[in-house]
Amino acid sequence: MATMAQAIRMALHYGEENLGVTDIFGEDVGPPLGGVFTVTQGLKNAWNSPLDERGIIGAAIGLAFSGDRCVAEIQFADYIYNTIDMLKLAGNQCWASNGQWNLPMTVMTPVGSGIRGAIYHSHSFDSMMTHIPGWKIVMPSNALDAYGLMIACLKDPNPTMFLKPKALLRVKGKQQIPGEPELTREGEKALKEMIDAPLGDRTKWKPKWPAGLTDYTVPLGLARTVCEGTDLTVVSYGRTLPLCEEAANQLREQNEISAEVIDLRSLWPYDWKTLAASIRKTGRVLFVNEDTEVTNFGEHLLRRTVEDLFYELHARPRLLAGTATPGVGLADPLEAACVPQLDTILKAIREVASEQS
Amino acid sequence: MEASRLNNPIKVHELMVQARTLEERQIRMFKANEGYFWIGGPGEEAFQIPLGLQIHKGEGRDFDFLHLHYRSAGIILAMGAAQPIDFIRQMKNTASDPFSGGRNFGNHASVRKFNIVPITSTIETQFLTAIGGGIAHRRQGGKGITITTSGEAGTAEGDFASALVWSSRPKAELPMLMIVTNNGWGISTDASTQHGEKRVADRATAFGIRNRTINGLDVDESFSAISEAMAYVRTERKPFLLEVMVSRMYGHSSASGGNLAVDEADPLAIYEKKLETQGVMTRKAMDEVRERSTQEMLEIWKKVRQEPLPDPSTIYDNIFYGEKGRSW
Repeated sequence: MATMAQAIRMALHYGEENLGVTDIFGEDVGPPLGGVFTVTQGLKNAWNSPLDERGIIGAAIGLAFSGDRCVAEIQFADYIYNTIDMLKLAGNQCWASNGQWNLPMTVMTPVGSGIRGAIYHSHSFDSMMTHIPGWKIVMPSNALDAYGLMIACLKDPNPTMFLKPKALLRVKGKQQIPGEPELTREGEKALKEMIDAPLGDRTKWKPKWPAGLTDYTVPLGLARTVCEGTDLTVVSYGRTLPLCEEAANQLREQNEISAEVIDLRSLWPYDWKTLAASIRKTGRVLFVNEDTEVTNFGEHLLRRTVEDLFYELHARPRLLAGTATPGVGLADPLEAACVPQLDTILKAIREVASEQS
Repeated sequence: MEASRLNNPIKVHELMVQARTLEERQIRMFKANEGYFWIGGPGEEAFQIPLGLQIHKGEGRDFDFLHLHYRSAGIILAMGAAQPIDFIRQMKNTASDPFSGGRNFGNHASVRKFNIVPITSTIETQFLTAIGGGIAHRRQGGKGITITTSGEAGTAEGDFASALVWSSRPKAELPMLMIVTNNGWGISTDASTQHGEKRVADRATAFGIRNRTINGLDVDESFSAISEAMAYVRTERKPFLLEVMVSRMYGHSSASGGNLAVDEADPLAIYEKKLETQGVMTRKAMDEVRERSTQEMLEIWKKVRQEPLPDPSTIYDNIFYGEKGRSW
């Protein structure tokens, strides 16, 4: 019953021991803190960097050029914006050198709303990141996928961007990660005692990693059908995915709507085959994410839907996304109004499912 | 000892001439509409050749890594990492361009076999990527170091300060040789109107980084200064900032015309005068080297201009490593 934070931590540990990860670094990534969300606690190759986002990305690129594999963290995606040209640089080095160079590096950063983070701790980054070719981009919605997607990133020879939905980092998984203690209260407690750093003095603390961790991998570019349905397709990822699943469950239990929910997991490359098959089956689709709605990645998926599947649609395809506002407001009603919530997802599903052409 | 062995005046002169005539040919190509944009390093040869000859060259972390800027052809030629035809091909954007397959500007080299990472048009970002090279070299130990170059105008970017901070972290100093070639100009802007510091090199002092400013128009001073700086970085595994005063003989780039700036000092002429005065080479011999090299560049151009441009169907190739075509 690992949380997503614990799952990522275990995957990074597996990467250190088995996949050649030499450096895990960023602001407050090393001891004593081990990351502001505890994702890097106890990792032997984790270290603290200067408070310099451009330096962090530059260092990661340079390490990758040198043949080392690293994981660099930007503490919040809100602070990754001043590295955009470095991300562009990392994404174009293979193409610019006509295939000579590859950069085996992973950048991870917490994204999105859900912790009352106000204007500078709530940004999404999926739309901006998918504008930068040359990267593979993932965003998990549960602990097991977080583990498997991180392993996939650590095996890939290209730059990979691991977007951590911060609202889900402390959410416990419902599926067992191979090697973690059993999914019971006792197992949960045991895992916590093994790999969570204690409060107070940590100078003598060392983690006891589960012995049976594996290279369980979620292949990049593979979506997951969370629940099958016949009336419409709902495509989401990250924080809004569990909300879509909950909405679908409610509507199914009420015998109102049968929604098929797909967790995209990989934003680039993305699993168009699975999406197209589902949309063909239901004839209706709703894309849901919490990034700002203008020039949103979901708009690309809408375009693909229109261009490839227009004559198979029974209703207009829709996008439910965050408001096009300069930030996410702090007060509860403001944050709720800025990004999709359960009620707005339910409303959007009902609208798409009921529209008559 | 190593520097004096490598400092063979006749060889150095030949390489300086080769670097100069290569740049002149590329400028002619631009003016003849045979290349879209030129930017390069004529006026820096007296520094570039001594640096290129002293690189511990090879592939992988046991050797030097080079994070260079776009005025570095002379360094690469002196290393033997590429030939003039490689640069001419990139200038002409042919499919045979070994650096970028016709995708990038001239003098934007990339040679993995010699640890020359892709040169990019962005200003000073190479000082950031060099940090990672330095971290890898610190861990690796041995002789290899990370070398990065930029112009003095680029030091106004925060990335320059980043390199100073990261390379001098206590107990984590990096074996980085940071080189700033100071030609006194940032495109059209006089550096003295933008920089209050007396020397760029002085900025390293605050970080405890050893530094020095040298006359990059003098081959022998460049040789010995680079040798000393390299020896320090290789053995002490600590950073060094070397500021090299150079000329900019043809302006910033083709954007400003690519015309000879007659008031800029010419390091090749300075060196040739020295060689002639010392009786190392005659004027006639040096003129023959120049004429031969100029003719060689012309012949290369004639050959390259017949070569095909890239097939547009390859545009999606190598977005990801080893992958061909559009994947989505």
